[in-house]
Amino acid sequence: MASAPQNKPRTLFDKLWDAHIVSPETADSPAILYVDLHLVHEVTSPQAFSALEARGIPVRRPDRTFATLDHSTPTTPRRKGQRPVYISPAAQMQVERLEENCRHHGIPLAGWGSPDRGIVHVMGPELGLTQPGMTIVCGDSHTSTHGAFGALAFGIGTTEVGHVLATQCLLQRKPKTMKVHVDGRLPNGVGAKDLILAIIAKIGAGGAAGHVIEYAGPAIEALSMEGRMTVCNMSIEAGARAGLIAPDEVTFSWLQGREYAPKGAAFEAARLKWRALRSDPEAEFDRVVTLDASRLAPMVTWGASPHMAGPVDMSVPAPNDGDAAKALAFMGFQPGETLLGEPVHTVFIGSCTNARLSDLREAALIMAGRHVKPGVRMLVVPGSERVRKAAEAEGLDAIFRTAGAEWREPGCSMCIAMNGDSGRPGELVVSTSNRNFAGRQGPGVRTVLASPATAAAAAVAGAITDPRRMMEMCGAA
Amino acid sequence: MQREPVRQIVSRSFALREHNIDTDQIIPARFLTVTERGSLGDACFRDWRFHADGSPKDHPLNRVDTQTHTILLAGDNFGCGSSREHAPWALWDFGVRAVITPRAGDIFKANAANNGLVVAEIDPAAHAALVEREDEEIRVDLEDLSVTSGNVRASFSLEPFARVCLMEGNDALGYILARQEEIARFEARRT
Ligand code: SF4
Repeated sequence: MASAPQNKPRTLFDKLWDAHIVSPETADSPAILYVDLHLVHEVTSPQAFSALEARGIPVRRPDRTFATLDHSTPTTPRRKGQRPVYISPAAQMQVERLEENCRHHGIPLAGWGSPDRGIVHVMGPELGLTQPGMTIVCGDSHTSTHGAFGALAFGIGTTEVGHVLATQCLLQRKPKTMKVHVDGRLPNGVGAKDLILAIIAKIGAGGAAGHVIEYAGPAIEALSMEGRMTVCNMSIEAGARAGLIAPDEVTFSWLQGREYAPKGAAFEAARLKWRALRSDPEAEFDRVVTLDASRLAPMVTWGASPHMAGPVDMSVPAPNDGDAAKALAFMGFQPGETLLGEPVHTVFIGSCTNARLSDLREAALIMAGRHVKPGVRMLVVPGSERVRKAAEAEGLDAIFRTAGAEWREPGCSMCIAMNGDSGRPGELVVSTSNRNFAGRQGPGVRTVLASPATAAAAAVAGAITDPRRMMEMCGAA
Repeated sequence: MQREPVRQIVSRSFALREHNIDTDQIIPARFLTVTERGSLGDACFRDWRFHADGSPKDHPLNRVDTQTHTILLAGDNFGCGSSREHAPWALWDFGVRAVITPRAGDIFKANAANNGLVVAEIDPAAHAALVEREDEEIRVDLEDLSVTSGNVRASFSLEPFARVCLMEGNDALGYILARQEEIARFEARRT
């Protein structure tokens, strides 16, 4: 296949794609795409390792592979030296299988006792494993998070995990591109989570299928690295293959000094290269969607898909199709009613969407000097050991505990509810995670997605509430 | 590794009309602790089919005879959400051999193809016509990429490489492994 003429303007995605092509796609076969970093966790990898064993082949690049334990691991607080107690022998076996596989193949593992352990998409960036210009994959759909650094990062299935383990490559057809341009400035009290929920509500749950989204515009540039990760994280909830944000000085200063990031002169050289990682001004996207950030408000979901979302003070929309009607019936909400004041049973602050230090600070600001409404359960689950340590160093754990919340060990926890942390049937959970699918947080559990501020405010009020009122009172808005 | 080649699937159908059926519905996360394959049939659509105490619900899925009905007609954006390959594994273990939908999630599609499960994305109008004919026999043909039932006929496209893999029962790993030298040259060029 002829390569594109040199002068054709390219998107950031095109540049990342072109730089990783081992062999280009043809009519008959997909491209062979090289993977710079392969992140691995216990749930989607055992059958992939077994596939390698069945063929008697080794892991090609254990040095480009990095593993952690996050999904099946308990988050119940333990005393030092106390062993974790799993929800089931199967969960324990899954973790032990990954430990064994990593030992056997020489793959670095942030396991129990490692200060690096964390939710895979929190850990990668904070260690500086995630860098601009890379291709990054993981057997996990929220791998899109790493796109916040200008890396092409996407989720793959277990068979493909096996492909990458064995060959460091993937077969891929080139996806289409979509630009989401966000003008204006987010109003006070409205954050990255609200922005991405608004974007998904606009595009729809499958609206970006087959596309890689590049987020751009003043409102995106103004986001912190943490905010950018929150936005890219949820790209998959619009069906996108990946999300991307061009790296800039915010990105570079965030990376500087991180354990696996280049150091000294190598960092300066990398910074020069990374600066070229942006879409050319004339580059064309297959689709462009625009949004005005200044019109947004704190967002909550009213249904059972992340795109069923609106401003916290909205009236629940009349269902426009059978799915919306079914979702409303499941949630127990009536069209036309306001969600403000809707009683809440559990609040979950955690997940790779919103369990970084800045998220915990945002929630703590609301919790400080207040108390969780009696009868409401609140779980705060830091995204990693590092987040936990940093939060404890600045006393956030004490704020949450004093307020009556549970301060947990790091992990995915109630985001996926496979480690024993879950809601009870019928409960309404306000959650900072990324999916409100029916039963995601336990059979029959009804989930409302929201920002850390909105979730914390719900814990205090015992009901869905506009967090800006509590922010004003603490002078944060 | 060799699988049964798939050239056509002729079977009766059953429908799940909901849109945006995510992989958490197809297989709830609490069943993801498996480390082997082949045992997820009971977990497939678990919370649609069973109460918390394990007793069956009155759900059409519990009346599907997968000896005779192996084609699932699913609503739009089927298999969105989590990348778990356990979703196509569970559908396969339950007895599904083809999914016909207006549109399927990207990762789900790739996972299905890697497991011999055919996903045919067809025109919404034709899909609606097939759903009208739920329970009737459908033929999904990989030779000419068509779906036929009675006088309803639709075409679909399949990624050509995935199609060959399905039709020949090959898996893709062998293909990439055969390109090791090219991969090594790429690595040498970059470092
Ligand atoms: S926190 Fe949730 S979304 Fe993120 S990796 Fe864990 S289970 Fe997946």
